[in-house]
Amino acid sequence: MSPVKTSPTGRPLVKLSAIRKSFGPVEVLKGVDMAVEEGQVVAMIGRSGSGKSTLLRSINGLERIDGGVIEVDGECVDPGQIDLRALRQKVGMVFQQFNLFPHLTAGENVMLALKVVKKQDKAATRAAAESALAKVGLGHKFDAYPSQLSGGQQQRVAIARSLAMAPKVLLCDEITSALDPELVAEVLGVVRKLAEEGMTLILVTHEMRFAREVCDRLVFMHGGRIAEQGPPAELFDRPSTPELAQFIGMVEAR
Amino acid sequence: MAYSFDFSSLLDYTPVLVDGVATTVALTAVSTVLGVALGVGGAAARTSSVKPLAVVVGAYVELIRNTPFLVQLFFIFFGLPSLGIRLAEWQAAVLAMVINLGAYSTEIIRAGIEATPKGQIEAGASLGMTGPQIFRYVVLGPAMAKIWPALTSQIVIVMLGSSVCSQIAAEELSFAANFIQSRNFRPFEVYFLATALYLALAVGLRWIFSLMGQRMFAKGVSRA
Amino acid sequence: MLNFTLWDILSNLLLAARWTVLLSLIAFVSGGVTGLLLLVARVSPLPPLRIAAKLFIEVFQGTPLLMQLFIVFFALPLIGIETSAWTSAAVALTLFTAAYLAEIWRGCVEAVPKGQWEASASLAMNFPEQMRHVILPQALRIAVPPTVGFSVQVVKGTAVTSIIGFVEVTKAGTMITNATFQPFLVYGLVGLIYFALCYPLSLSAKALERKLNVAR
Repeated sequence: MSPVKTSPTGRPLVKLSAIRKSFGPVEVLKGVDMAVEEGQVVAMIGRSGSGKSTLLRSINGLERIDGGVIEVDGECVDPGQIDLRALRQKVGMVFQQFNLFPHLTAGENVMLALKVVKKQDKAATRAAAESALAKVGLGHKFDAYPSQLSGGQQQRVAIARSLAMAPKVLLCDEITSALDPELVAEVLGVVRKLAEEGMTLILVTHEMRFAREVCDRLVFMHGGRIAEQGPPAELFDRPSTPELAQFIGMVEAR
Repeated sequence: MAYSFDFSSLLDYTPVLVDGVATTVALTAVSTVLGVALGVGGAAARTSSVKPLAVVVGAYVELIRNTPFLVQLFFIFFGLPSLGIRLAEWQAAVLAMVINLGAYSTEIIRAGIEATPKGQIEAGASLGMTGPQIFRYVVLGPAMAKIWPALTSQIVIVMLGSSVCSQIAAEELSFAANFIQSRNFRPFEVYFLATALYLALAVGLRWIFSLMGQRMFAKGVSRA
Repeated sequence: MLNFTLWDILSNLLLAARWTVLLSLIAFVSGGVTGLLLLVARVSPLPPLRIAAKLFIEVFQGTPLLMQLFIVFFALPLIGIETSAWTSAAVALTLFTAAYLAEIWRGCVEAVPKGQWEASASLAMNFPEQMRHVILPQALRIAVPPTVGFSVQVVKGTAVTSIIGFVEVTKAGTMITNATFQPFLVYGLVGLIYFALCYPLSLSAKALERKLNVAR
């Protein structure tokens, strides 16, 4: 577990203030404040419907918030803004369903955004892609199509795809939930490595053991608000809210 | 030379247009009832175990779906008399529309039937029901619910297709439009209005079908 | 009265069928190109484009082809374009094809899983880039069977152009019937010619659909 780092500028890398979001009549986020420092690894836990995925997805603009302010790397994210190109080059995302592009090979998946968004030349994109895939242990699968890869391999390619864009923070939305149990470890291994190298990570996860071992901070969400947050060991061993106590009891009983 | 549009000359012909619309609606209504009935029979034949029947119906379906409605209409109206079958214009129109819709309905309903989960049929069989009974009580209802959008869509297409029946002098809306423009020499305005009326009919029909679908199939369908 | 042999009739019909094929091809290709533009408008994030495209498609899918043909035939001269039956037929069928293909292709675009949009968006791609590199390549694969299936409707649609005097196989059939007084035979042959053109297309569409479902 890495010590809490403070960023060179002193301000948090990601700052969420008073975030509100409703889907129709249902208010899913009821005023959430959260700050993530550079290099921190934050795990968000809570039951379905607690708003954790919605909050995560609002950081890179996949969900438009109804109220509050999102700041990433010092810049405000304007909720009305359509073009989030600059923001999304700083914030990467890995999805539960991997969402690899099926018509492209693993290598091409990684190279696509580099070519199209960052406008890098062929040689540079190829090199970056090879390096990203090697980092997740799949350098030898450069020319494989997603359909030829296992779930764990696909997810690792998805991680490589986001990493190649050199984001400042990586958002992981339940990235192991769709994997067969024996494939979960290889993906978590990659995430652990990234954490150790100082990558800023925000993960929505159900993997409690992983959260305990790798994360600097745990954020427990309940009913659209942050009910508790702090170092994982503290929260797991001495939950201060009954909701968290029940949640942990629920999850560990599985 | 600039053309001046004059839609007012159409007002005098309102009765003609109304008659035309009424005939189109009547043709469509009769053809729908008979055509869908034919489709149910055809689908039953296609999914039955009587091989020759399935093949014959299959040939009928492919023949109709791969030839233009206009040609089918001409064949019936102009061709059948040489076999001694002489039909009035509206009879030929209805017959052609029924045969046409019947073929498409057969396919659509067949798809719905074949999408029936096997377990449903097994349940019916183990309750001692015969084949026809299973078809009628277990399969048909849910199948109709599933295919409702496709079937009603096809009915609208047949309604729009009825416009070529004007070519055998069936006095539906297109015929009325032809009649009017030959009298007032304003073809653009006339056809524009007729087209707008068809569009209104199509939109109206779709809306009615949508309401019917909700009314008939909303309850009893699983929310899964 | 002249006696016409079966071959006289058939050969004339087949000659006219060339025009059926030519018109179908032209309508399909130009309708395809127009349909693609219409598709982009239909799924564009800009409301005016989207609504205009939606209206166009609604009108062409909610009105008879015959009426569309008549309007083109009578409207084009009003804006100064010379119309022959051929031009009107080509224009009307092109617009008709464009509307239907755009709608078919829109369904195919919508069949591409939402996650593909989200992943490409997260990689900072904008709408045109998403469409070009991620969505359309996938939609294209899904689109092949129904597009081939629609070509059958285009071929059948050319029959209606006989009504404004374009001499394709149906019109030839009418003319020959008037000369030979053998409607049963003539229209029967006309039907068979259409069948010969359309059935292979229908079969291909079905085969392509099966292949696609297996591959998924």
